This record gives sequence, C-alpha cells and structure tokens, in this order.
Amino acid sequence: MIEIILLFSAGIFIGLFFRRKARVIYWMERGILWSIFLLLFLLGLSIGLNPEIMQNLPSLGVRALVLTLGGVAGSLLAALLLWKLFFRKTI
Amino acid sequence: MRQSLYILIFFAAGVILGMTGLLPEPITRTDYTKYALYLLMLLVGISIGADNKAFLVLKSYGMRLFLVPLVTITGTFAGVIPVSLLLEHISIREGLAVGAGFGYYSLSSIIITELHSEVLGVVALLSNVIREILTLILAPLMAMVFGKLAPVAAGGATSMDTTLPVIARASGKQFAIIALFHGIVLTILVPVLVTFILTAFGS
Repeated sequence: MIEIILLFSAGIFIGLFFRRKARVIYWMERGILWSIFLLLFLLGLSIGLNPEIMQNLPSLGVRALVLTLGGVAGSLLAALLLWKLFFRKTI
Repeated sequence: MRQSLYILIFFAAGVILGMTGLLPEPITRTDYTKYALYLLMLLVGISIGADNKAFLVLKSYGMRLFLVPLVTITGTFAGVIPVSLLLEHISIREGLAVGAGFGYYSLSSIIITELHSEVLGVVALLSNVIREILTLILAPLMAMVFGKLAPVAAGGATSMDTTLPVIARASGKQFAIIALFHGIVLTILVPVLVTFILTAFGS
C-alpha cells in the first residue's frame, strides 16, 4: 500500500505552501476529524457485520491489553534510561 | 478528550448498526473505507506540512529532542516483541504493527484493517485506546517512578493533543514543548511504520 505513504508525503509537501495559514490548518483539522468519524463508523460497521469478531471480542480485548502493557512498559523503561542519561541534569 | 469520545461514539454506532443487519447489501459491500483513508492521509499530511510548530520547537532545543520519539519507538517495540511471543494468536509482525500505532488508534486501526485484517484492526483499536487511557490516568505515577519523560513516552503520538494537558501537569510545563514535538514526530511516523511493518520483506 504505497499509496498511503505517497498521499501522506504529497500532503506534507502541499502543506509547506500553506505555512502559518491558520485558516487552512483549521479547515484541515475539521476535515481530518470528520474523515476519522466516517472511517471509524465504517470500521464499526464492518466489525458489527462480522460474527467472527463479535464472538471473539473478549479474547481480542485481552490480546490488545497484553500488547499495550508490553509496549507501555518498554517505553517507560526506555524513557527512564533517557531521562537519567541526557535530561535530568539539564532541565 | 471530548473528540476521542465522539470518535468512539461513531465507532459504537457503526458496530450496533452492523449487528442489526438493517443496512441494504450494496452499502455494506462497497469499499468506501479505502478512499476515505486516502483522503484522511492527504489531509493529515497537509496539516503537518502547514504547521511549523515542530520547526520552532526544534530550533530552541536542538537535535537532542529527536532522542525522545526514538526512545519511545525502540522501547515500545522492545516491549511488544516478548508479549507477542507470549500471545498464541499474535505474530511478532502483527504485534509490532499494533504497537506502531503509539496511541493513534483511529489511523492505525484503519490502516491495519486495510492492509492486514479486520481482526487485527480491532486489536489495534482497543490496544491504542487503552494506551491513551492508561496515560491519561497514570501520568503522575509514571513521572514519579520512571522520570519526567515517562508520561511523554507512554502517551506516544497522543502527547501532542489528548494527553498533552496531563503530561504538562505531571511533568511540568516545560515538558509540554517536548511532548508536542514528540507527538508530531510520532504522528508522522505512525502511517509510515505501520505500512512498512505489514508490507516489508514479503507477507
């Protein structure tokens, strides 16, 4: 899905021409919010229509929780290391 | 915070409507998601390009700032790999893709659904919502035990918006700047990393 990265990079490039245009940023953020609403609604729809997912929701939730705890624990320990090495004395 | 609530309401409305099976077939069968996702990627890109906050922050703090998102990424991946091995139904690639959402649950779950499967998309949605909620609730404790950069790292991509206020309160106002920069960098990297993890080296 190279299209995702291409559109994203194209967007950043286009955005550079609208630097500090508060109005453009405002409308982009509105657009982003409504496309997220739409996408999450569609995602919900496809999940609601999928009995395999609805029946396994609790076990999917457990997987999600375990992955989060692993990821957050790792990032907390890494942040502690960075804090001690580079930031504590200078902030 | 209120926006996250609206997003989840739209999601829940979709789930409920889907379960009732009231929708006519053509609506449910067409793949609108892909085009809406393309639009979203373009808009997110433009808003990042047009916003020069990141450049300004970088000017005042220097390259050291890049260490913070880098540490969040390596720490998250280092933590996700062992738990993926532990989980029967999650491969390391899948675990990394979910972890690479860094709390940006809307975008990561949509991309993962498109590129991989609805099942993993749901896991990504739940996992990244939990990451945001954990940070919102535990930021003060994280700052106390793991140092003042900890809530920033835990917040991931959300450290630029939803979790920014609690980070500033838990770690101090000067960390709001770091959190903002950190969140912007991770927001840019979420689509790139998720796509790369799911498609690189053959799947």
